[in-house]
Amino acid sequence: MEHIVIIGNGISGVTTARHIRKLSDKKITIVSAEADYFFSRTALMYVYMGHMKFEHTQPYENWFWEKNRIDLKKGFVKSIDTETKKLLFAEGDSLKYDKLVIATGSKPNKFGWPGQDLDGVMGMYHKQDLENLERYAPNNKICKRAVIVGGGLIGIELAEMLNSRNIPVTFLVRENSFWNGVLPEGESEMINRHIKNHHIDLRLGNNLKEIVSDENGKVKSIIIQETGEEIPCNVVGLTAGVSPNIDFIKDSNIEIGRGVKVNQFLETNIPDIYAIGDCAEQHESIGQRRPIEAVWYTGRMMGETLAQTICGNRIEYKPGHWFNSAKFLDIEYQTYGWVFSKPREHEAHFHWKHEDNTKCITVCYNTIDNTFLGINTFGIRMRHDIFDKWLTEKRDVDYIMEHLTEANFDPEFYKTFETEILLAYKKTLQTV
Amino acid sequence: MSNKINHSMSLAKPDAQDISKKQKIALAIGIIGLFILVLALFNTNFPNKSVFLTLALGLISVGTIVYSRDAYLTKLEGIKNDGVWFKSISSRGTWGWIIGVILTAFYIVLYFFPTLLGQGVDGAPNTGLISLFDPLSKLLSGRPASQWFVYGTLYTVAIIIFGYKFILKYRHNKYQQLRTVSVMFFQLGFAFLIPEFMYVMNSDLPYYDLKNMWPLNYYNFDQYRIDSFINNGTIGMALLVFGVLSIFVVSPYLTYKYGKRWYCSWVCGCGGLAETAGDSFRQLSSKKMSAWKLERWLIHTVLVFSVVMTTGVIYTYLGYDPSKYWLTKGLFLILVAIFLTVVFVLVMIFKRNELGKDARYGAIGFFIAILLLITMHFTGTIDEVFLIKSGTLRSAYGLYIGSIFSGVIGTGFYPILGNRAWCRFGCPMASILGFQQRLFSKFRITTNGGQCISCGNCSNSCEMGIDVRAYAQKGENIVRSSCVGCGVCSAVCPRGVLKLENDSMEGRINPTEILLGNDVDLMDLVNKK
Ligand SMILES: Cc1cc2nc3c(=O)[nH]c(=O)nc-3n(C[C@H](O)[C@H](O)[C@H](O)COP(=O)(O)OP(=O)(O)OC[C@H]3O[C@@H](n4cnc5c(N)ncnc54)[C@H](O)[C@@H]3O)c2cc1C
Ligand code: SF4
Ligand code: SF4
Repeated sequence: MEHIVIIGNGISGVTTARHIRKLSDKKITIVSAEADYFFSRTALMYVYMGHMKFEHTQPYENWFWEKNRIDLKKGFVKSIDTETKKLLFAEGDSLKYDKLVIATGSKPNKFGWPGQDLDGVMGMYHKQDLENLERYAPNNKICKRAVIVGGGLIGIELAEMLNSRNIPVTFLVRENSFWNGVLPEGESEMINRHIKNHHIDLRLGNNLKEIVSDENGKVKSIIIQETGEEIPCNVVGLTAGVSPNIDFIKDSNIEIGRGVKVNQFLETNIPDIYAIGDCAEQHESIGQRRPIEAVWYTGRMMGETLAQTICGNRIEYKPGHWFNSAKFLDIEYQTYGWVFSKPREHEAHFHWKHEDNTKCITVCYNTIDNTFLGINTFGIRMRHDIFDKWLTEKRDVDYIMEHLTEANFDPEFYKTFETEILLAYKKTLQTV
Repeated sequence: MSNKINHSMSLAKPDAQDISKKQKIALAIGIIGLFILVLALFNTNFPNKSVFLTLALGLISVGTIVYSRDAYLTKLEGIKNDGVWFKSISSRGTWGWIIGVILTAFYIVLYFFPTLLGQGVDGAPNTGLISLFDPLSKLLSGRPASQWFVYGTLYTVAIIIFGYKFILKYRHNKYQQLRTVSVMFFQLGFAFLIPEFMYVMNSDLPYYDLKNMWPLNYYNFDQYRIDSFINNGTIGMALLVFGVLSIFVVSPYLTYKYGKRWYCSWVCGCGGLAETAGDSFRQLSSKKMSAWKLERWLIHTVLVFSVVMTTGVIYTYLGYDPSKYWLTKGLFLILVAIFLTVVFVLVMIFKRNELGKDARYGAIGFFIAILLLITMHFTGTIDEVFLIKSGTLRSAYGLYIGSIFSGVIGTGFYPILGNRAWCRFGCPMASILGFQQRLFSKFRITTNGGQCISCGNCSNSCEMGIDVRAYAQKGENIVRSSCVGCGVCSAVCPRGVLKLENDSMEGRINPTEILLGNDVDLMDLVNKK
């Protein structure tokens, strides 16, 4: 029986395994050094906040794996011997494979800051990071202040986590407005205000210079590049993005760039070895997507696709329309299609913001033929299937604005804003 | 869910640390109110009962209100679940167990030893706790209080003050607010005040909570009730007709349009208490597959039991002679059997595919019921079912299901089993409504394409123990007979994946292999198979 070995029990690896099982009888082994069972990385924050216990982040009960004949092996892969098709573990043992899937995810970026390896400095990616945080920041007596470096999605989640335990947070963001490399100005500014309303000390346009140690090798304070200000703190969270977790591959003959290089079939340069999820890097980006897509959904989609290929139906990874979502403290965010932070050539944005400062939308469209290109919504839920359909049908933006109500996905009895939005939209058209 | 002891075992930590000074004061006020009730329980003779009763209920209410305002209004609107799994009371810690034991003890005394609460027997005046409530009862209906009046009052107060707390907790969520106002209204009006007033108007009418329908009030068709309905002219007959109509017309229609939530989380008193006072315990319900299996067996057994028991009870007091009254014992049994068969056949013809595995349970239940009915008929001359008198069956049901299951375990075990253990495992009404919801209803929870991140917030806060995530992460709508439509899963989802809605029956149940957002050709290939 063909033996499929998957390194990484995250969403990508697990989705692949599940679908291979549906399609075939192959022997499947999932290897991970992080946790015994698959858990949802995106839910780590809720464990620290006490909304859930760690076991609740596991989407499948423990019997699921045996019942579906998916073997789980805990161990850290030290190297891959592609000649003999063998994995070598740090623990000293080895495992033979017929086909290998690399789904090792990401690791937090560290940019060589002085003091970045001190006690009390941590990323927020792995289960071990959570345990670290629990140790160094159990409450506001032991952690009197935390500093977060890097204003992205994980940074703001970490801020929310610490906030839930009343630990004062200073949030250093390199950009002059939160996540404005991705979000258009109006949205980004709304989030700035929302962060401050939560009593988080948001420092825009501030970089970390160094982390200062106390006499025991523990964090004592940080120093800001721009102002030289020293901020005393007990914990530093490094959340300046992630990069593929592939150090152990460097010595093999698998081709890597920033991530493991793959073609559109998710195949590496070595036959029978594939890479998916956060750690895979496309030779050429697909559409307007980035060559490395470090999000949950793409990991899952690559897994769904690769299972077909492994089971004999070789198909390309051809994701549909882009979508994503996140939550900034209390404000939910969804996006469908493409809305860039600044309109590109032949693009325009229509922006509407509710006066209460917690809801807004931005619609992006083509200025030549008026095609709708994408939408960002904050504080209003929208229907994925409707936008997916509209994007496929290449509807024009007027149609979208007229029919926005159909796409609303807010709970029943919620106040709706579509009429207000439509009015605002018509008004801007007249002034243009 | 394991109930591994967590780090919040110690009594003072971290609950006491977490709450503000104002919350501590509020807690103290509430406890003083409770203390008055406890004193009354131990037969303290209060000089002016109405003043002390008002004081007790007032302090409890003020304490809860001040506490909730400080807990929620000092923060921005949003999901307020911080620390629920750290707090000892809401994570099966020491406090959880203590409260569980106190509540359970209270229910046992209430149901089986009312004299301990001070219930006067054989016309003797009440003493103790019950006598404290005499002034209120006299005010409303002119008669002294009973253990049920005390219970009803406390129950109503709990729904109202904790309902208020719940409304503040979800002050950004209109759905949650409206349904909470609705259960508060139905409890105060229909369950508490109207029956008292009805008694004033006509003291021969049995206590009738209009919103409480069979089989939840399994006793509705007992002979003494039917007799007093019939003997009370138009009002009595109207009530009886209403009772029957609500089973066969009102409830099926509303469930078809809105799902069982119209009852379970907008009207029902058991649901009302669970959603308000029980809200802090919703995460404790078990999401294991094994719990779901147990649920299906238990709840359907209770349903069969209640159908057979009610049929037996009615059968007992019907006559043999069609010339006296058209509905005779024999005819009645035949009608029940025909009704059950029609329902069963219709379901098998139209809904076989959707039922899948559940069909087995349905069929087994149906055949057991029919078998029992036939047995009843042939042994009918002695009014017995399997040699047990229907009367005995009726009291057994009243004791084990009506009291022990719904009260002692259902509510007493809130802090251990979660707030809807009765609704989930025992309520025959929920089982009928659920059956219909699964098969003939427009209601579903729509899953928003591929947006789920499998975080598990939805499953965690589902009080009915539904593993919502298992559906959402497959892009599949949630159509489950047990879902009471509380909408909390939708509220807590951080990615806006879930929406409760009523839409056409077409495509309501939509299992998918590959989620929206991936390659269209692949989706076609795999999903259309
Ligand atoms: C806090 C947080 C919040 C997030 N929120 C969102 C969100 O809301 N939406 C979204 O789309 N995305 C979100 N993401 C990103 C998303 O979680 C990732 O894109 C996704 O988990 C990647 O899945 P994966 O399967 O590729 O890798 P991973 O989940 O990282 O799994 C890889 C596994 O492989 C193991 N591994 C690595 N190397 C080895 C080795 N040599 N030997 C053995 N095991 C190894 C790792 O320990 C890990 O367990 C979030 C990420 C974080 C950290
Ligand atoms: S599935 Fe959702 S709406 Fe239904 S009972 Fe559970 S939490 Fe409530
Ligand atoms: S439906 Fe929402 S709450 Fe439930 S697992 Fe998915 S993202 Fe989380």
